[in-house]
Order: sequence, then C-alpha cells, then structure tokens
Amino acid sequence: MRAFQILIDGFAISALYALGATGFTLIFGVSGVLNLSHGAIMVAAAVAAWAAASVLNVGTYAGALIGVAVALLTAFATYFAVVKPIQDSRRIPNEEKEIFVLTGTLLWGIMIQELIAYFFTNNAKTVLPIVEGVVEILGVRTPKNEIFTAIVCCLVIALLWLLVNRTRTGKAVLAASMNPRGVTLLGLELTNIYIVVWAIYGILAGIAGVLLGMFLGVSSYSVGPLTASAFSIVVLGGLGSVSGSLIAAFVVGYLETLTAYLVSPAYRTIPALLLLVFVMYIRPQGLLGRR
Amino acid sequence: MAGFLTSRLFFVSLALVIIAATLPLYVSGYVLGLLTVAFYFGVFAMAWDLLFGFAGEVNFGPTFLIGVGAYTAGILNAQFGWSVYLCIVLGALASVIAGLVLALPALRVRGPYFGLTTLVAVLMLQNFIVVFADLTGGEIGLTIPDVITINAGANYWIALGFMTISAAILYGLSQSPVGLVLQASGQDPVQAGALGFNIVKHKLAAFIVSAFFSGLSGALLVFYFGTASVGTVVDVAVGVNVIVSAVLGGRRTVLGAALGAIFLIVAGEFLRPTGELATFIVSAVALLVVLFFPGGFLGAALSREARS
Repeated sequence: MRAFQILIDGFAISALYALGATGFTLIFGVSGVLNLSHGAIMVAAAVAAWAAASVLNVGTYAGALIGVAVALLTAFATYFAVVKPIQDSRRIPNEEKEIFVLTGTLLWGIMIQELIAYFFTNNAKTVLPIVEGVVEILGVRTPKNEIFTAIVCCLVIALLWLLVNRTRTGKAVLAASMNPRGVTLLGLELTNIYIVVWAIYGILAGIAGVLLGMFLGVSSYSVGPLTASAFSIVVLGGLGSVSGSLIAAFVVGYLETLTAYLVSPAYRTIPALLLLVFVMYIRPQGLLGRR
Repeated sequence: MAGFLTSRLFFVSLALVIIAATLPLYVSGYVLGLLTVAFYFGVFAMAWDLLFGFAGEVNFGPTFLIGVGAYTAGILNAQFGWSVYLCIVLGALASVIAGLVLALPALRVRGPYFGLTTLVAVLMLQNFIVVFADLTGGEIGLTIPDVITINAGANYWIALGFMTISAAILYGLSQSPVGLVLQASGQDPVQAGALGFNIVKHKLAAFIVSAFFSGLSGALLVFYFGTASVGTVVDVAVGVNVIVSAVLGGRRTVLGAALGAIFLIVAGEFLRPTGELATFIVSAVALLVVLFFPGGFLGAALSREARS
C-alpha cells in the first residue's frame, strides 16, 4: 500500500523534475549557458497561469497557454537582454564569460522573483488543475491531476525526442551541441539555432512551471530551490546529457519521496544532496557526462 | 609593494580610511550600525575575490565558510559559555577546516562542477542547522549571550580596523609573488604547473586564507548582532550578495570587493522607502554594471587611470 503510494507519487514528482531539467541541460549542451534564472521562469509561468485563470477568469486551458507563453517570452528576454550581450561582449575575456553568464542570469532571476513578489505578493498560489477528482490506483487514492501531470511530462519529453532526432531543425540543434564550428561551416546560422533552443527551453520550462503550479503550488520563494534542484539533477546526470538528466531526475525524485515517506519530510532533500556530493567525488562528469 | 605605497590608489585608500575613522564623532548610531555590518560584508567579499579573482575558483558558497565560522563561535559561546575571544579564534579555525573540506573537490573538478559542490555545501550546512535545532537554534536562530561591546562607536572602530587590516593582508598577498602564481594557476593550470609551480599547494593556501578571513568576519559579525541565524550568515541569498559585491566592485582587485559590499548595503538602506522594490533595483543596477562595466567600479577607475 505504502510502497504503491511511494511508487505513484515518486513517479509524478520525478516526471516533473525531468521536464524542468531537460530544457536546462539542452541549453547547456548547445550553447554552454547555465541559466540560473531557470526557477524564476518556471514560477513566472505558474503565476501567469494562476493570474489568468483565477483573476481574469479565462478558464484553465487558456490560463495554462498564457503561462507557457509568458515563460517563452521570459526565456527570449533572458537570452536577448542578458545572455547574448555577455556572449558578444568584447570587454569580458572569453574564459570569464561563464561566471558572467552565471552572475547575470542569477541577478535577472532575482529581478523576476522580486517583480512577482511585488505584483502578486509572496503567498503560495495553486493553479486551478485542468482535470479534477480522485481515482483509486492499486488501492492508493490518487488525484487525477497527478496522473495528468505525469502523462503530460512523458508526452512532452517524447515529443522533444522526436523533434531533436527526427526533424531537420532538431538535427541542426544536435549538431550544434556536438560541434558549433562545424555547423557554421555547413552554412547554418548559429544564432538561429540558439534562438530555436531558447524557444524549446521556454516552452519546456513553461509547461513544467504550470504543471508544478497545479500539482504542488508555487510562490516567489520557490525560485531558488527550483533552480538548485534543476542544477543538481543536471549535474548528477552529466551536464549537457539529456538522457542523463532524465535518469537523474527519477533518482532524485524517488530518493526524495522515499525519504519524505519513510523518514521525515524535514529531511527530504538531504539524501539527494549526499548522493550528489558522492557522485561528484567519484565521477565528476556525472552519470552520463561526456568529459 | 613599494610601488603601491606611492601609488594614487594607496593615498585614496588611506584618505578614505582616515575619513571613515572619524565618522563616529559626527554621525548617528544608526549610520554607524549600518556601516559596521557593511565592513564585515566587505571582508566576506574580499575573501571571496581572493578565491575567484586569483585562484580562479568559482565559489558559489561563500556562506559555507562564513556560516561555519559564525555558528562555531556562536554555539561555543551560547552552549558552553566560553569566552568571546576564544570563540572567535575557534570560529576562524573551524572555518579553515571547512575551507580544506571545500578545497578537496576543487582540486578534482573545475568550473561549474566546483561551483555546484560549493552550493551543495551551503544547502547541507543549512539542513544540518535546521535538523540539529537543539544545538544550533534551528530556523529561529541562536541567541548569543555575550557581545564584544555595546558601544556603537567601539563596534564601528573594531569593524573598520578589522576590514582595513584584512584588506592590507589580502591585497598584499594578491600583489605578492604568491598572488601571481595563484593568478597563473587560475588562468592556465597546466602551463603554471609546467613552469614548476606547485598549484595544489598554492590553491590550498588560497582556500585557507579565504576561509580564515570569512570565518573570522562571520564570528565577529555574530558577536555584533548577538544572534546567529540562517538568514543572516548561511542563506544562499547572503552568498549571492557577497558575489554580487565582488563583481560589482571589480573582480581581481580585492579592494573593489569591499567597496562593492559597502555600496550594496548602503544602497539597500537608501532604497528602503521603495519597500519591496529595493532588492529589484539593486539587482537591476548590479546587472547593468555586469553588462556594461564588466570590470566593476574599481576596474573601470583603474583602467581609466592606466589609459591617461
């Protein structure tokens, strides 16, 4: 009974983590950018969906769409206002661009977080779920919303896989992650590929954010922990490796759920952090990292 | 070093310190209190800059070192009643040990991986403090019975003197041959090693020095506040402020980091009337500096002087 409960809850959480982390790792793989405003973009999507559905009464579907659209716009703003100027800057030495992108996106994330707190307060917000009600699976009372979350996450990840491996644009993205110079030599504009990647990222982060808002609820305080969890999942799986992130997301998701059920919810994040430190010591490049 | 004693930077710094030292004669206790905190923060930022600007190690968890020093000093005083000065020394020593623990992964992994390890270290420390609430006071914080002094002027002078001495040592170190080797090993470890320098030894030294000053400053800060809490010395947000200070003031300048910290804390206070938007404005200004003046305040000033 309890085992099934852990199995089901852990799956939904893990799938959500996986979706949130895939976009993050995709951007790193293709353009070497670690986007520390990730959590802020997810929260922005969830709060926009909440505001559209609960304040403007546009309905849950339209609300979710607005949430994803807001995430897409924020992702583009992040790229054009923060990341691209730093990458193009001549005054910042190349070997220091990494730390500047980290600092810049971190500050940008704080700005988004503060704006959300200013206009929508710090209170936790739960987005109205698209499907309501409860079903019984294997003797466990499960909200339909939880099943919906898991299904949508898996579907979106499958779609992403198809996009990257089966379409021309996707193959260009894949090629850029392997060898950016080679791609430019073949006559493809690298900036266009980056824009495509940021668009994919925005949509993924948006969907993950809205689902998170329906499943657990968000507040402007969730920004930091969300970024940290995406960051640790991605490093655990190996920076830039999408399949590594998926595995790591499930490892972290289940570890957290197990700890929360069997030990205490207060210790929820500790085993995952310990595992992360352990993996970094024996295999610094992560589970499926390339370096 | 002799060149520095006759440089303009030296005279400007000296003048600033002398002006700052006379402040208690004519400004209110409120301003002094604000600057006291700012000076301790200045030491945090300078210690961070030694690791990042010179050793090239992106430490996302400055508050791991600060927090270990602060909490060790606080717990020894509050739970065991040891004397304030002994606690401060032991806090700094505990922080040095924490620095060595942090240095171990740094010698194995680089760049974002090391950055993440340090971030995880902070999160672990935070969890540890909350879990062992009996010892640490948990989320509410630890009340510390003893303080160094309750005189606002004396506290201010202690902080100013501490910051000035730390700045002199850290700046001197950064300009010394050791600092140059550190800078070389941060920028190209392979080549620095090929030239016959022991990179491991130098990096360990950088971690020890950085940890010592972070811990000492953290311990002094808790005895000034009379309380140690996650929100003031451990939280990731505090670490972010330290990093932003250093980048804002000008990385690789050491002294700029202290300027950045003082600016950040004073600006935060000036913006208090804007209420919740204060953090937004400070972050926006910091982002603009990062984007348009990547050298920071002192970096921009120094490069202008070098050009003229």
